[in-house]
Parts: sequence; structure tokens; C-alpha cells
Amino acid sequence: MAIGVKVLERPIAQTSYVRATLQGMGLTLSHIFRDKVTYQYPEEKWSLSPRWRGTHRMLTNEDGKAKCVACGLCPTVCPANCIKLVPGEDENGNRYPLVFEIDEFRCIFCGYCQEVCPEEAIHVGRHYENSEYSREGFVYDLERLMAQTHPVCEMWDPADPKGE
Amino acid sequence: MIALALDAFVQAATQANGLEHLPPPPSGGAWFLATVVKLLLTFTIYMIGVMMVIWLERRVCAFIQDRRGPNRVGPHGLLQSVADGVKNIMKEETYPSQAYLPLFVLAPVMSFIPALLTWSVIPYGAPWDSQWGTIDTALAPMPIGFLFILAIGSLGVYGIVLAGWSSNNKYSLLGGLRSSAQMISYEIAMGMSTIPVLILAGNVSLDRIVSQQGGWGLHWNAINCTIAWFIFMIAAFAETNRLPFDLPEAESELVAGYHSEYSAMKFSMFFIAEYANMMTASALMATLFFGGWDIPFTMWDNVAPHTLLKTLVTFAFFWVKIMVFVFIYIWVRWTLPRFRYDQLMALGWKFMLPTALTYIVVIAGATLGLEFAGFHPDSWQFAVAMLVINLVLTGILFGLIDRGRLISPSYSRLDKRDLAKLRRARFDRARFEPATSEGGAD
Repeated sequence: MAIGVKVLERPIAQTSYVRATLQGMGLTLSHIFRDKVTYQYPEEKWSLSPRWRGTHRMLTNEDGKAKCVACGLCPTVCPANCIKLVPGEDENGNRYPLVFEIDEFRCIFCGYCQEVCPEEAIHVGRHYENSEYSREGFVYDLERLMAQTHPVCEMWDPADPKGE
Repeated sequence: MIALALDAFVQAATQANGLEHLPPPPSGGAWFLATVVKLLLTFTIYMIGVMMVIWLERRVCAFIQDRRGPNRVGPHGLLQSVADGVKNIMKEETYPSQAYLPLFVLAPVMSFIPALLTWSVIPYGAPWDSQWGTIDTALAPMPIGFLFILAIGSLGVYGIVLAGWSSNNKYSLLGGLRSSAQMISYEIAMGMSTIPVLILAGNVSLDRIVSQQGGWGLHWNAINCTIAWFIFMIAAFAETNRLPFDLPEAESELVAGYHSEYSAMKFSMFFIAEYANMMTASALMATLFFGGWDIPFTMWDNVAPHTLLKTLVTFAFFWVKIMVFVFIYIWVRWTLPRFRYDQLMALGWKFMLPTALTYIVVIAGATLGLEFAGFHPDSWQFAVAMLVINLVLTGILFGLIDRGRLISPSYSRLDKRDLAKLRRARFDRARFEPATSEGGAD
């Protein structure tokens, strides 16, 4: 049994197949000459935001030692529990990290470690190409963190919310 | 009347032409050598052409979608198809456990070979008047060239149907069935659309069809029988299973249609066959409607001496024409969505076949009338008269298509009769359904 069909009376200009086809062909042809949106990745890289939170980096002071004083704030604040810190103390009573390891696989790149660090030692950085051949390679020790050279993340400043 | 028409036919067929004064083809060893060289050249150029067309398709579709497409392997990604070929040869061939193996293996070959065979009769350059005799550029310059193409072209459907059936997969089978229905429907329209060309040429030899169109480009069949070309082009889209007629593949409905179960090189054969068919259809369109290897706006290529240089230049020009059509194929594919099955059938049987038949009558009548009026088919007056007739007819045809329900989308405007039928159905329903307290309100 036929059901009630709602019949729309539309003008020919809207229902003509030929016109729609020609219009579409024109549109696709115009797209051939437009700028391409694909990034040629290894050669041409995406420009990262200044607040990009990527691979970690440990900053050093003037005599080339890590700024870290092994206060233990970053492993405490870390929600992914990916920072391993064993504090040590030298003969002058200065604390320094004996072991400082970050597991980049466990890390969720929240940037809390950078925010909480009183010495501005550990940072998340503007860098994302960290592939390795083995899972062990993703546990970055202190030397490796200090050897990173990429720019670090600029934290959000409430006084300058747009980063200008 | 019929006798007169036949007389006109014979006149056109036997009419003297510049190419017919050439010496006979070489014999013996020279013929054998020429054939072997032509064989190798045809095959090599054809396969390289297929590769280039695949590259062009991927590149153009990427451009249309604002991407870049393959651009890593070789300059501008030209060698991408080579890399894909190597990959496909090294991949594992899988065989479905329930497939009928002999046909399953044979099907890719059967869809590939007809596409290749067609090329043996297409003349792709001016004949070369060499010191051993006239060397035709067609591999096998057959006097029945066009009939051969029709015969071989119809064989392509076997590969697809058998692939669908032997895979023992319901979607493959559906793809194969759709393909056979589609190809048979459009083959008829395609054959009918070429009759006007044969009427004008008075012959089925492709050499004759090309030489009839030679000259300044005014005698190209695209001008003399525009609507035939239009129908041929649409039918060729359907014959090669390209969008908007790719129902045999229909990836959104049938997985991948007839080649769902194929892997590695066997899949690659289908893929190559599709592009080979596309190039064959383009070459046919160029030969039948765009003067073959003829260069427009000059007589240089149509007169003696027929040197090797002329052969090469006309060959290049033929390839330019093919590539233009291939580009149109690709362009249309990445623009139009697929037809519904009923739309496909309606277009083939209710629109294209009657139009093609009517057009045969019109062209035959016009040819006869013009010859009665004393215009020779090779004269410019004849061509201009045909041009005017075709302009008028094309205008009328497009006007009708524009207003009619050619593709019948669900939202299209309906005939008054259909509209009345629908409204009556609504009325009947209200009258015959028992009115209940909750159901009758609608």
C-alpha cells in the first residue's frame, strides 16, 4: 500500500542533473589549482605552539650541572608516576639527584613537573620526534635529559593570557 | 530510396583519398620485422601509458582534494606505479577456500587481455611511406577494425562476472551480476552511437574512419555527430566501470565488488585492466570522434610525403588526445557520485538507446539530404551544415534533459500524472483503513 508521500515542487534550477553536474565539475577543477594543505612532513614541519608540551629537558646552571636540587616535588605531583628520583647530598650539603629518570611512555605530558619545580630545572619542551628501537630507550636518564637542546615550553602567564 | 542510400554509401566508401595512393605494405622479412617491432612498441608504450594513467589518477584526485598525491618515488612520484607493482608481486596470493580455483585464477587474465587486444587495431599515427612499403601504425590494420573492437570489448565482462562468481562471495557475485547487466545495457547504446560515424565514413575500417576525418579538423565526427559522441562517452564510462557507473565495485555497498577476494598481483591485474580499459575507451573516442591521429588546423599531416617524422608527430598528437580524455575520466570520477541501480538502467534503456536510435535516423537523413542537395561529404559546406544541425540538436537535447527526469532523484519534479497518482494513493488509504481511535488521526 502506498504511503502518503510529501511531494516538493522545486524549480528546475534546483533539480536539474546537468546543471548540478557542470557546477560540480567546475568546483573540482578549481580545486586542482588551489594551494595544497598537506605538510611534506620530514622536510616541512608543523610550527609548534610556544606552550607545546613535548619531550622533557633538564636545564643546567653555569658550571654544567643540573639545576635540580632533588626536592622531590615533581615525582610527588606527577599524576602518571613516571619520574624516578633518588636524592643525594654532597660534602657541602647541596642536594642533587643521584638518579633522575623520566619514562616518556608513562608520561602524559601534563607539564605539572615544570609548573611545580622551584628551581626551574625540569621542563617539558617544544619537541615531539622521539622514536626509539626499544621500549627501554624511552626511559630518559639525567644525562639524556640534560643533553636535550630543544626550546622549552612557555608556561601560561595569567598576566599575559594570549602570550604576547 | 534505399537504392539511392546504398549508392551514396558505395560512393563514400570508394571515394578517393590521399592515403589510398600509398604503396602496398612490405612483404616477407620486412613485414615480419616491422610487425615484431610494432608489437614490442605497442605493448611497451601501452603498459607505460597505463602506469602513467594510474599516476595521473592519483595525482589529479589528490589535487582535487587539495592534497599532493604520490610525489616521493621518482620525479613527481612518476615511478610510484613501479613501486606498487614490485610490492604487489612480492605480496602473498590468497585463495578463498571455497572459491572455484580455475576460474578464480583465470578471471583477472580474462579481464586484462581484451583491454590489451583492442589496441592491436587502433591506428595511432600516420602511415609511414618507407622504402620497404607502407607501414601502418596499427599492429593489425584490419578492414573490419571497428567490428573487432566491438567484439573484443564485449569480452571484458567475462572476466568480471567470472571473478564475481568464482570467488564464492555474495558481494563479489552481486558485483559481477551488476557488471554484466550494466555492460550489456550500455554496450547496445554504445554500438548504436557509433552507427552515425560509420554512416559518415561508409566503412568499418578504422583507417578509413580516421582518414575521412582528416584535413582541417572540420570533418571531425565530434562536430559531425556531436550527440553520438556524447552518448558514446557516457556509455564508455559505464563500460569501463568508472564513476558515476562503478556499481560493480560499489565500495560502500559491496566491500569491493567483484574483486573483494583478490589479493596481490591478481588484484593488480584487475586494477591494470580498469586503467587499460580507460585508455582504450579514450583511444576509441579519439579515433572515432576526434580524428584519430589527425592534427587540426593543418593539412600537413594528411598529404604526401608520409615521412617518419609525420608518423611520430601524429603519434604524439594522438597521445595528447588520449590523455585529454583520460583526464576527463578522472575529473568526472572525482566529481560525481554513483548512480542508483534503477537510475543506471533507466538512463541506459530509456534515454540513451532511444536517443542513439533517433540520432541514427537524423544523421542518415541529413547525410542523404545533403548529398541530394549536391554537397560532397568531404566539402566544407557539408561539414558546416552538419555543424549547424548538431548545434540545434544538442541544444534541444540538453534542454530536454535539463527539464526532464533524466536521473530521477528522489526530490525531482514529478509528472502531473505521477503526482496525481501519489495523491490518490493517500486519499485511498484514508478511505480504506478502518478508523480506530488512535490510528486514524494521521
